Amino acid sequence: MSSPAFSQSNFNRQLKKYYTFYTGGFIAFLLALALAEQMGMSRAWIGYWFLFATIGLYAGIGWMTRTTDVAEYYVAGRRVPSFFNGMATGADWMSAASFIGMAGTLFLSGFDGLAWVMGWTGGFCLVALFLAPYLRKFGQFTIPDFLAERYGGNIVRFMGVICAITCSFVYVVAQIYGVGLIVSRMTGLEFGVGVFVGLAGILVCAMLGGMRAVTWTQVAQYIVLIIAYMTPVVWLGVKHTGIPVPQFAYGYTLQKLGDVEKKITADPKEQEVRKIFADRAAAGRAALAAPEKSYAEGKAKVEQDLAKLKAANAPAEKIAEAERAVAAYPVNVNAAQVQWRREAGLAARAAPPRPHAEAFPGRDEAARNTARLNFIGIVFCMMFGTAALPHILMRYYTTPSVQEARTSVFWSLVCIFLLYFTAPCLAVLAKYDMYTHLVGSSFASLPAWASAWAKVDPSLLSIVDINKDGIVQLAEIVIGGDLIVLATPEIAGLPYVVSGLVAAGGLAAALSTADGLLLTIANALAHDFYYKLIDPTATTGRRVFLSKFLLVCAAITAAYVTSLKPGDILFLVGAAFSLGASSFFPCLVMGIFWKRASKWGAIIGMAAGLGICVYYMVTRYPFFGINMPLWFGLSPVSAGMFGLPVSMITIYIVSWLTPEPPKEVQELVEHVRYPNLVGDTVVSEAR
Amino acid sequence: MELSAKHHEYWRKNLVITAILFVVWFVFTFVEIWFARDLNSSMTFLGFPLAFYFSAQGSLAIYVALIGIYALIMRKLDKEYGVDEGDLE
Repeated sequence: MSSPAFSQSNFNRQLKKYYTFYTGGFIAFLLALALAEQMGMSRAWIGYWFLFATIGLYAGIGWMTRTTDVAEYYVAGRRVPSFFNGMATGADWMSAASFIGMAGTLFLSGFDGLAWVMGWTGGFCLVALFLAPYLRKFGQFTIPDFLAERYGGNIVRFMGVICAITCSFVYVVAQIYGVGLIVSRMTGLEFGVGVFVGLAGILVCAMLGGMRAVTWTQVAQYIVLIIAYMTPVVWLGVKHTGIPVPQFAYGYTLQKLGDVEKKITADPKEQEVRKIFADRAAAGRAALAAPEKSYAEGKAKVEQDLAKLKAANAPAEKIAEAERAVAAYPVNVNAAQVQWRREAGLAARAAPPRPHAEAFPGRDEAARNTARLNFIGIVFCMMFGTAALPHILMRYYTTPSVQEARTSVFWSLVCIFLLYFTAPCLAVLAKYDMYTHLVGSSFASLPAWASAWAKVDPSLLSIVDINKDGIVQLAEIVIGGDLIVLATPEIAGLPYVVSGLVAAGGLAAALSTADGLLLTIANALAHDFYYKLIDPTATTGRRVFLSKFLLVCAAITAAYVTSLKPGDILFLVGAAFSLGASSFFPCLVMGIFWKRASKWGAIIGMAAGLGICVYYMVTRYPFFGINMPLWFGLSPVSAGMFGLPVSMITIYIVSWLTPEPPKEVQELVEHVRYPNLVGDTVVSEAR
Repeated sequence: MELSAKHHEYWRKNLVITAILFVVWFVFTFVEIWFARDLNSSMTFLGFPLAFYFSAQGSLAIYVALIGIYALIMRKLDKEYGVDEGDLE
């Protein structure tokens, strides 16, 4: 709501002042904690300080910006300057997966991991060129609002609501999972308790002030997360490349990494370990081929060994060892098969390290082409999914003008770019550090961080002396992707306060994304479903109250689903993007660029895109147990690559077969195409 | 309202600009990926194999530039065709 005294330029100046003070205050807070650490503050207390200070701060901003005004609640009063909207979008966009998982994925899969880096940045070009300015000119509150106005009718709105909720809910579960993980690591609280502490922080912001509170906390969260991501990278950069902006110099580290990889591939000790794994894998596969026979033979063998040792009067410890082997032997064939499958899976560890920079590695031309197609599939779905996720598109309703919406996409991508072009750098530096310092060191003198993290969770880090030579070989290390960002400060030997800072950054990333998503879900239910479809006479106060209430419900449902720890979260996130790309993108863009696109074209097109996408996922993803052969070897995560074109073609054909849209709709399309038309027929600032 | 010829020209120009930027985006995304193996073995830039450089940094910078260029050109075009929103400050 703009009061008569309100002036945009005054507001901008004040914002700059506030956030400069805030950033300075945050840095002072860091320095004070660093000093306290030197004076002997314990690690647990540093963790608590970070947790409660940052969540308290976000809650404080949420409290100060609370509101019950509809336009403030849904679109932050449409006066968020482009630069600040860019920072808020950056925080909204970068989730726990980007902050914690990205560098780890790049560490583990080298060039192939870059598909995510490209996919999660390039989509903003599509947002800028095809959506943001037009949606801002349209100027309502939600994405289903646009679909309903453009195509007319409640069916379209209802489908939009369903799609928006599905994408956002799948995504928010992954965020709350990240919140629980970080809070429990930072403070030693239990995972479930961690989820609810984090949730309290989310709710105070989003519930009290809707979009307005979420926007201003997200700006604060962006500042925390970018400082947290850069600090260890700058330090590692100085160590390995000699300059504080390693992003431009790590190419040479990458070359050195290539040499180290070659050395490791040729090293006889490494080959010895890989041979052990290859043999174990082969034995596992052989046993699986004839399970009954192998089970009987294996059982007989361990029993015979024990009998022989007893007969020969062997030393007590040898007998004890043989007895343990008998006791540990699987109780039945099924249990044995599980074990053999695990052994057969060791084949992966028998392979030499893949060159980090090699694109699409594979045994032959066909395998390489499939790898390339899957890379393209991920890039395609992530990009078009970016341009379809409602919690991002909604942000461009909050700028003061169309012009600002365009610049705002620019600032968004600048803010996101900073983190995404640093992640590959961090991965290379961390890999080089590990390959040169950890590999080849002695098991007797493993660094403290290695044993500490192995204790936290063996799936994050396990180092076992396979060939019993007392030296760490690369093939003996198993490392989980999530470890890279969280443990880099310790690996690099930085003070603990930096570890706390990184955890606080991860928390900010997860909280900010969860805020935006929950708000999208609540608005879709309260605004589109309740107000527009059920009770159009509802008062504004009632609508805002209902939205706040539904936000709490959505948050609690999401937390409940998270506490069940549903499997493969990366697949769920990828699926959300594919679903968005096949359902929203075609009808949004065609609705703006093609006047002829008709109501039934949109309805059938959305259904067709979504249908193909869901069909491909359900029949191909192993979880559902159908496992039909893949089309062109494309993995089910990239189902949007089929869904999007099918949806577009369907919209095209059906639109030609059905009557053209009425005159008002065609005028609406003209209305959104021009930032300012004299005598505009459509009222843009709906209340 | 009835749109004038000038309005139609504005929209045509907008489509041309959008199409050009879209093609650049396409080249630095999908064409680059398609030839990644050849690019990687062809040359290095700042120590990076070329395709690695583009996928990790170069293409990203181009995306940022594309959006910036679009915002600037359109701001000018809005003014030129009298469909701008005036000075908001």
